[in-house]
Amino acid sequence: MGEKKKLKKRLRVGALPKAKYFEWQDIFFHRFAMVCTFFGVVALVLLLVGVGSNGLDRISWDFLSNGPSARPLRAGIFTALIGTLWMMVLTAVIAFPIGIGAAIYLEEYNKKSKLAGILEINIANLAGVPSIIYGLLGLQIFARTLMLGNSLLAGALTLALLILPVIIVSTREALRTVPYTIREASYALGASKWQTIWFQVLPASMSGIFTGVILALSRAIGETAPLVVLGAATFVTAVPTGIFDNYTVVPIQIYNWVSRPDPEFSRNAAAAIIILLMFTFVMNGIAIYLRNKSQKKIKW
Amino acid sequence: MRKYLLMVAAAGLLTACGGGSKGTDSKDSSAASSIQVDGSSTVFPITEIIAEEFEAANQGLSVVVGESGTGGGFKKFVRSEIDVADASRPISAKEDSLCKAAGIEYVEIPVAFDGLAVVVNPANTWASDITVKELQMLWAPEAQGKITKWNQIRKEWPNEKINLYGAGTASGTFDYFTEAIVGKAKSCRGDYNPSEDDNVLVKGVATDKFALGFFGYHYYKANKETLKALAIDDQNDANGKGAILPSEATILDATYQPLARPLFIYVSKKSMQRPEVKNFASFFVANATKFVPETGYIPLPPALYAKASARIEQQITGSPFLTLSSSVGAKLDEVYK
Repeated sequence: MGEKKKLKKRLRVGALPKAKYFEWQDIFFHRFAMVCTFFGVVALVLLLVGVGSNGLDRISWDFLSNGPSARPLRAGIFTALIGTLWMMVLTAVIAFPIGIGAAIYLEEYNKKSKLAGILEINIANLAGVPSIIYGLLGLQIFARTLMLGNSLLAGALTLALLILPVIIVSTREALRTVPYTIREASYALGASKWQTIWFQVLPASMSGIFTGVILALSRAIGETAPLVVLGAATFVTAVPTGIFDNYTVVPIQIYNWVSRPDPEFSRNAAAAIIILLMFTFVMNGIAIYLRNKSQKKIKW
Repeated sequence: MRKYLLMVAAAGLLTACGGGSKGTDSKDSSAASSIQVDGSSTVFPITEIIAEEFEAANQGLSVVVGESGTGGGFKKFVRSEIDVADASRPISAKEDSLCKAAGIEYVEIPVAFDGLAVVVNPANTWASDITVKELQMLWAPEAQGKITKWNQIRKEWPNEKINLYGAGTASGTFDYFTEAIVGKAKSCRGDYNPSEDDNVLVKGVATDKFALGFFGYHYYKANKETLKALAIDDQNDANGKGAILPSEATILDATYQPLARPLFIYVSKKSMQRPEVKNFASFFVANATKFVPETGYIPLPPALYAKASARIEQQITGSPFLTLSSSVGAKLDEVYK
């Protein structure tokens, strides 16, 4: 009797024999968690079905190789696609070294100082700033002050700023997965700090860093708002050949097409959405592949 | 792994150096061959189709068209960032003085007509026409929170909440509607559903029995089965008796008033020294009759295009609209005498 009372007290329940109650609680929570999981998946499936049924038969070689046109059936996304590719490469080239440099400084050189704490909070805050604000910043600094105007470079610099916080945070995560003992072992063998970072820490965390960069880039290629604010054009038939050329990107084409009255244009938009989604899926696939590879390969 | 890093670093350096050295000349060459247009998203489809045909007719020339809105376009025009500004309303006195301050002269060219349709749901059986006075009462800033039911506009209409849909405040459409209906541009109640995307407005009205909205006539035309247009009565028998439904004919003969408006392009006089810009403007006017109908807008009568073409040839700068008290209801053939 005394035992039972103690048990009751420990579990904080009124009466022990209500086993059914726990059973129901368990089942309920199990179902609830399941619904939460499927919520996102169902939304994705609905999006894919909606977009697929509307735009799948619009995708053809012509759609990929034609420039923009006022006639919906003749319109394609060639210049937008090339613009998006340019934008992606340029953004990566700018954001990659800066982001990794900043992460190494914060994680390896200046981990415990007050300054690092302040920087860390600010970078976390930057990650939450709406992308349109980056557009305004880019318009003032890159497009007007640096006179880059409506060029690929101005857009790429703005997008690079936009994804820097994400790259810094994910790179720091990757650097943190390298055990501290590896660094100590390296120092013990007489290596300098630079040698330790360059020959031990970076190679070991590279795939983690790449994963973060690719995920950040796949966010960047879907951005419309900052580029619209920067003044990216909508109708561009000439493929950009240099970083100072005018450009348009796939999300801007989509944005334009969904707002047109002719329903044929909304089918074009659906087709372009499929292409953009494919881009994102492939990039995320590469990120997952790199992550798995790193988990298998590195053994200390 | 080190190889990757080196490659990325090298690529970064290369682009940085390459960019630095060839930067200026690349910019110059692109400015010499491409014509920069920006502005109203209402005028965008017209400029797009003309640009497409112009490029097809002139190999090697390229036209770049953006859509930052009428106001956004003029801001770039003042900064000399573009050669041509698309506008869904005449230039404002303020924008004109900014141009003067920046030393920019421009040629104003009317290119097409657009109407604004006031629409309701097809299930709306009670309303088929509305007067400008009633619209003014409904949309004025004073109506906010007060005029919320259909029977407050006309007694015989139902005692149901009225849901309002309209263009967003950044658009020339909003400016024109408020000037024509409320009497002062940008003066409007705030408690309505705004959207810059007219398809959102179309869907809103088409799915809401008690909705009333306004947007471009060609959006109504493309969605005639799911919308019902109201006839507009401006109570001025001089331009058509009674309430008048929007149609190509009534917009063109200026009886659908005050919600029919001209669309413009503004060409910088300095840019017109470049032959390709002047050719583009001439091509625009010469081919508008042929291509404007494809976009859903209404071309001007040929006599007006002839006048527009003369304005380009003689490089007549400035806007006659600035001398008018209001651009609403202005007849183009009287404005451009």
